[in-house]
Amino acid sequence: MASSVAHTGRGTPWLLSLPALALYLALLAVPLVLTAILSFNAFDGMRGIQQTLGWGNYLEILLDGYYQEIFLRTGGMALAVTVICIVLGVPETLILAKMKPVWRGTFFVVILGPLLISVVVRTLGWSVLLGSQGLVNTALRSLGLVDEPIRLLFSMTGVVIVLTHVFLPFMIIAVWSAMQRLDGQIEHAARSLGAGPFTTFRRIMLPQLMPGILSGAIIVFALAASAYATPAIIGGRRVKVVATTLYDEFFNSLNWPLGAAIAVLLLLANVLIIVGCNRIVERRFKQVFA
Amino acid sequence: MSSLSLRALSKSYGPVHAVRDMNLDVKEGEFLSLLGPSGCGKTTTLQMVAGFVPPTTGSIVVDGHELTSIAPEKRDMGVVFQSYALFPHMSVAQNIGFGLEMRRVERGELKRRVEEALAMVRLAGLEGRYPSELSGGQRQRVAIARALAIRPRVLLLDEPMSNLDAKLRGEMHVELRSLQRRLGITAILVTHDQVEAMTMSDRIAVMTNGGIAQLGTPQEVYDRPTSEFASRFLGHTNVLSGRVEKRAGDEATVKVGPVSFRTKLAKDQIGPEIAVFIRPERLRLGSPDEATLRGLVGTRLFLGGSWIYEIETELGSLRITQQNIGALQPEEGEPVGVSWNADDLRIIATEGSHG
Repeated sequence: MASSVAHTGRGTPWLLSLPALALYLALLAVPLVLTAILSFNAFDGMRGIQQTLGWGNYLEILLDGYYQEIFLRTGGMALAVTVICIVLGVPETLILAKMKPVWRGTFFVVILGPLLISVVVRTLGWSVLLGSQGLVNTALRSLGLVDEPIRLLFSMTGVVIVLTHVFLPFMIIAVWSAMQRLDGQIEHAARSLGAGPFTTFRRIMLPQLMPGILSGAIIVFALAASAYATPAIIGGRRVKVVATTLYDEFFNSLNWPLGAAIAVLLLLANVLIIVGCNRIVERRFKQVFA
Repeated sequence: MSSLSLRALSKSYGPVHAVRDMNLDVKEGEFLSLLGPSGCGKTTTLQMVAGFVPPTTGSIVVDGHELTSIAPEKRDMGVVFQSYALFPHMSVAQNIGFGLEMRRVERGELKRRVEEALAMVRLAGLEGRYPSELSGGQRQRVAIARALAIRPRVLLLDEPMSNLDAKLRGEMHVELRSLQRRLGITAILVTHDQVEAMTMSDRIAVMTNGGIAQLGTPQEVYDRPTSEFASRFLGHTNVLSGRVEKRAGDEATVKVGPVSFRTKLAKDQIGPEIAVFIRPERLRLGSPDEATLRGLVGTRLFLGGSWIYEIETELGSLRITQQNIGALQPEEGEPVGVSWNADDLRIIATEGSHG
């Protein structure tokens, strides 16, 4: 028995992971490579896609202020959503941790709720709330907080609000799992040494939650930067982001190579930003990650 | 150096009374242990003293000042936790210096006091290490140094040795005890380990059901337990059934097996059937002919320094410990005699009559 295991040992893991590898190749690697190749092709309004290879599309995107603005806007939006998710999500998780188990369960369902609803339904729901005659503006005006309805629908503010709502659960789950690994006595140790509740949180608890905050931030940033439905419905034509732009290139302008180049650049930017932040945070808090 | 008093301290969680009406005075420089099984309220008591858990009623007084409603960070208590609770993202020096930093101790002074604390626990030179790079024993020393660096009024030790192996634990008992004596700091230790409580403490409070069953020096509590619980919890004890034969005031004649002896007997002992306790080391093994009681050796265990015997007698199974002094020891199954001094027998108010 033992010898046959040792004999087949080498090839077996590869053989067993073959179905998964095949799926990965067919569904992820091949389309990515094809998209990358497509992005180097030229496009002619009259003759369609030209089977030539060149950096033309990339130069057009990188040098054109129009595309630069879209990329910067998308980055800013993803960053804003990530920061708000951290600012709201971390205290929310702390509160959850202090709740009685029954209430905690209830609130977990409430928090995870947005993920259970179809993206289209949820986004349309928000557009009803955020419109100039919507619930939010009506309430603000009835309370006398604003005179004119504030523009929430078809604005960056609206997009950020809705994306935060959808992505907050990811942050909370990530911070929650980091919190489960903490030693409950550490908080008491800090208090007994003379640190008040706020200092204890800032100096002792927060650094230990960094791995959770970081993984949450990576998920939220990546999802926000490539979000399509919310910017399309809430932002509309006025708030163009990378995902909606590349959709337009593919399906309105039919300029597939340019769309492919935008997609590749979005992927690259995402990877660079995430890997870079990961490096910085891991180095800064290396003892917690050990 | 500080004195600490608990006055009618109680803690209830709904219908559960974790600690009930606890009164305790800890003297300046004293080392007091709260000893008891899990769930006896010892940890809750310590947490109330540290300020992590608010008492339901009662008060905590340190040096004449009421502490009950003061936040934990303002109590000046040094706490050593079971898990050590070191800050994983801080170096040894930062861990130890944290309490001083919170007290706004000036930089040079802080560095000096961190070094002093490290030297105290014999860890000089490990300032730059992180907790993950230390052994269990070293972590515990850092935890002790961190608690002592702030020069606390009272040192609170919450089962600090339970994560150490037996040998290291024994060494730490001696070391921590001598450190506490040298600094003259008042200390309260929570433990379920009777050896730990006896080796380290000036006094032991044996706790059960949220209250103190007995308070006294280790020797008092061990030699003159006032309850069956204390007697059984501290070391091993043999329970013999006795019978009150004559009674005059608080004097009585009690018959145990074939022998009778005179003793003081509290009024709340009803009798005539009573339980009599004797420690294993106070029983003597001898030849069957000249002994008080005869029996057969059931089990014999060798512990190096001593032997443990289980002797089957007409009064039940008795445990006897014998020092290993090189003498020939009876084998399992051999007939032996057991004898004792009447002075070593203890009659304790039975659990029932104490509530």
